[in-house]
Amino acid sequence: MSTNVMQPEGSRPRRKTRISYRAALGEALAQEMSRDPTIVVMGEDIAGGMGAPGVQDTWGGAFGVTKGLLGRFGRDRVMDTPLQESAIIGAAIGAASNGLRPVAELMFNNFIGVCMDQLMNQAPKFRYMFGGKLTTPVTIRTVYGAGIRVAAQHSSAYHSILTHIPGLKVVMPSSAYDAKGLLIASIRDDDPVVFFEHIGLFDKEGDVPEEPYAIPLGEANVVREGGDVTIVAFGRMVDVSVAAADSLRTSGISCTVIDPRTTSPLDEDTILESVAETGRLVVVDEGNPRCGIATDISALVADRAFDSLTAPIKMVTAPHCHVPFAPVLEDAYLPSAEKVEAAVRSIVGAARAP
Amino acid sequence: MGKTMIPLSREQLIQAYRLMKTIRVFEDRLAEEAATTAMAGPLHLYSGEEASATGVCMNLDERDRIYSTHRPHGHCIARGLDIKALMLEIYGRQGGICNAKGGSMHLADPARGLMGANGIVGGGMPLVCGAALAAARLKTGGLAVGFVGDGGSNTGQFLESLNFASVFKLPAIFVIEDNGFAETIASSWACAGDHVKRAEGFGMPGRRVNGFDVFDVYDAAHEAVSGARNGKGPSLLDVKLERYYPHEQGISDAMRLPGHVDWLKANSDPITLLRTQMLGKGEISEQELHTIDHDVDALIDAAVREAQSAPPPPLSQLLTDVYVAYP
Amino acid sequence: MKEGLISKWHLNEGDTVNQGDELVDIETEKVANVYESPHSGVLKRKVVPEGRSVPIGSLFGVIASKDTADAEIEAYVEQFESTFSVADAEEGGAIPEVVDVPGGYIRFLKQGQGAAVPAVLIHGFGADLNSWLLNQAALADSRPVYAIDLPGHGGSVKDPRIATLEDIAQAVIAFLEAKSLSSVHLIGHSLGGAVAAKIAAERPALVKSLTLIAPAGLGKEINFSFIRALVDIDRRKDMATALETLFYNPALVSRDMTMGVLNAKRIDGAVTCLRAIATGCFGSGEQKSILRDQISQLPLPVQVIWGQSDRVIPPQHAQELPGKIRVHPVEHAGHAVQLEKAGEINRLLSHFIDQG
Repeated sequence: MSTNVMQPEGSRPRRKTRISYRAALGEALAQEMSRDPTIVVMGEDIAGGMGAPGVQDTWGGAFGVTKGLLGRFGRDRVMDTPLQESAIIGAAIGAASNGLRPVAELMFNNFIGVCMDQLMNQAPKFRYMFGGKLTTPVTIRTVYGAGIRVAAQHSSAYHSILTHIPGLKVVMPSSAYDAKGLLIASIRDDDPVVFFEHIGLFDKEGDVPEEPYAIPLGEANVVREGGDVTIVAFGRMVDVSVAAADSLRTSGISCTVIDPRTTSPLDEDTILESVAETGRLVVVDEGNPRCGIATDISALVADRAFDSLTAPIKMVTAPHCHVPFAPVLEDAYLPSAEKVEAAVRSIVGAARAP
Repeated sequence: MGKTMIPLSREQLIQAYRLMKTIRVFEDRLAEEAATTAMAGPLHLYSGEEASATGVCMNLDERDRIYSTHRPHGHCIARGLDIKALMLEIYGRQGGICNAKGGSMHLADPARGLMGANGIVGGGMPLVCGAALAAARLKTGGLAVGFVGDGGSNTGQFLESLNFASVFKLPAIFVIEDNGFAETIASSWACAGDHVKRAEGFGMPGRRVNGFDVFDVYDAAHEAVSGARNGKGPSLLDVKLERYYPHEQGISDAMRLPGHVDWLKANSDPITLLRTQMLGKGEISEQELHTIDHDVDALIDAAVREAQSAPPPPLSQLLTDVYVAYP
Repeated sequence: MKEGLISKWHLNEGDTVNQGDELVDIETEKVANVYESPHSGVLKRKVVPEGRSVPIGSLFGVIASKDTADAEIEAYVEQFESTFSVADAEEGGAIPEVVDVPGGYIRFLKQGQGAAVPAVLIHGFGADLNSWLLNQAALADSRPVYAIDLPGHGGSVKDPRIATLEDIAQAVIAFLEAKSLSSVHLIGHSLGGAVAAKIAAERPALVKSLTLIAPAGLGKEINFSFIRALVDIDRRKDMATALETLFYNPALVSRDMTMGVLNAKRIDGAVTCLRAIATGCFGSGEQKSILRDQISQLPLPVQVIWGQSDRVIPPQHAQELPGKIRVHPVEHAGHAVQLEKAGEINRLLSHFIDQG
């Protein structure tokens, strides 16, 4: 380069283009923590070994997402905590209004019961109740979802409950690329964000740029395009829906699969425009059926795209029961590609010749 | 109390008197107005408890943060919040300190270090840990004070906060204002054990404080603040006091015996106690105190008039400030 | 890009087909396009029917001479499918790499190998190495081909101080040196054309031949509001509309093309760099560097290709160049002619480069 541009740099280590969802999340945290010294991470076993004589950074988080951060950033910024969700989440929220930018972890979204006051009555309401005078730039990472046989108290999907609450933003990445870009965006966002990581996606690989990037919250991703049906799916259900869409294509039924990526804010335009083209909607969510995100999307479309609809809206969700332990029962509980395909066929009519 | 207490200078005595008097007149005036006119929202009044807010807040500076309860007016005034803006907020009018979006139970002024009154009993305590954590990590030299009632002292959030603050040795002070009752339930029955012993159980110092005596409160708070600022970690003050009004205006207070409040006013009024001390020491004259009384009356009176005639907030405010940005 | 959908066959089995005839419409994640027949003969077999998606590398049709026996066609198809492995095709598929250069790093995609003089493909403003999606593989049949990301773009260094044509050209020269490429066929599109021309002017020994596709550098006019749109837009619908400016047929803008542009801009520093380059190269709405004279005097073969419906840089800039410079106007094509008329452009490129 000409001499009036940068001085030569040493070689930077390169990594392969495809990395896991877990690694993408960890990379987002590491890059953001390098950039902004007010970012701290806190949670149970977020490193591991605090106060114990053996190996530190024992786990790097229950799912390994935060492994390695302790070595780079130290105990002041990578904080193992006692097991007390109200204090952990509440402290993160309090610190956020006072100059830090915490990323706290709620190990399983089921544990929200313990700290629900902080996410229902505190963080989301400060800005509003206090007349715009408080800013709470906190990110709460949590793990949700079923499929790994840990049963009712560790497998729920409570994203819909938080979507209901004004003042919170709710993010659900379905791929490694989205995971990194959405976590960076969530951390940079000045509102409280709850970030739902699916328990079954940590090993899923994808192409992820090595450089930091932020995906705007409130922008859906269209994963498949097709003119016959619009499928809206969340989290791991995106892959389930894509499998259904690819199978349906061989029967001549082409589906658009939309991954909203964030439930709050919601990209309504992308969903409504797609239904205007296809006239049919299937919503896929692994939450329980009452008062869930599936009903929310369905009501939106019934209200604002009614004239475009040529068939009833179908929802594919878990049933109104809890996540069972026995593998055959848990597998029956979850939405599957077959169930999505059946829902599509029920509103498209007979399969068409290719 | 037996030990030598931190003496207050003349200026500090005057400041204490002014603050306590302002709180008293503010609250008594609200009670008066509520008796004759329908008020916009609930009122949980602080009269009788002034020594606690005053003694604690006089030890704080601009680096410090306080978190208050559904009974916050005393803490707000002691921290120096604008009287008019407070009154407008309580009346739900334009110009209220929270743009009329919060009301009496959710007063806040971060610029003056009041990070919010909380309508959830005990809900502010983890936030205190957070504010203290931020102060420690950012090395501001500041600390966080959480006021909580005897009711809040039994909540999970409060007890979790004691543990958390101790484990991380945070510059936090937990001030239990035990006014004898959580709504109608006596704290002597509802609180198992003893607050000071609970604090010590969590590995932090605790001190029982005479909440009728601003000198004792000031002294105890001074000790707690020094400890926090010098890296000694959190502490707890168990402040014993009583309120003159019911838990909430218009609600029954019949679980206290008839005549009890009158007896308190006659025998252990905190302002009378301070006044007596000040006059006794010869630090101040009756005339000076009378001038302060007159100023306070005028201030509160002007605030009430303004609040009663101020317009309500415009409807456009309904949807503002839910988020910083959305999307 | 993992799959392609055969969305429409234009011919039937048994039809005669000439090289260049439209054969199938293929949709991939990145772009939808017409695939032109690379050979003449008879379309003997449509292996993949309309509406079917198949992995990259799959056999989708067979063209043979008229009298080739059916049995031979069957055997060929069977042999191909029994040995075809998606994993091999994927693994064999090149992935972009990154090389450090003084002052930063350049991302590039290398396809092809061998001892022939390599080609280097340089994209235009706001684009990246995917500009050459329909061209690189064809060229790579006969030689190594490097498609690079310019600084500020794709996965290359995000340094807003690399803002002028000179800075960018120096960065590309640094890439050539880092990869020990001492003699290359340079092929540049739009701003990348001006970059290629600049390199040829400054370091002619490096450049075996120069192909300029709708290049900047031959005149001062440029559609600056398009440049500004590329910098400023962050919403998918608006970007899709803006990208239509690149084509004669606006239907060629796919959602994945749009997201590719947006995703590249979301990388930290990318927009700042684009803004700096827009200012550094196009200043107040006009091209800052006019290289007509230098290009006219280059001691090496030069060709210029231009879509006649170009709405970004006027095709008139190709007029009145010295006769030794070959000029190829392309009908019914816009600014992104190498995507819109890939077959024709690939023929022009191969023919020109093979000539030496």
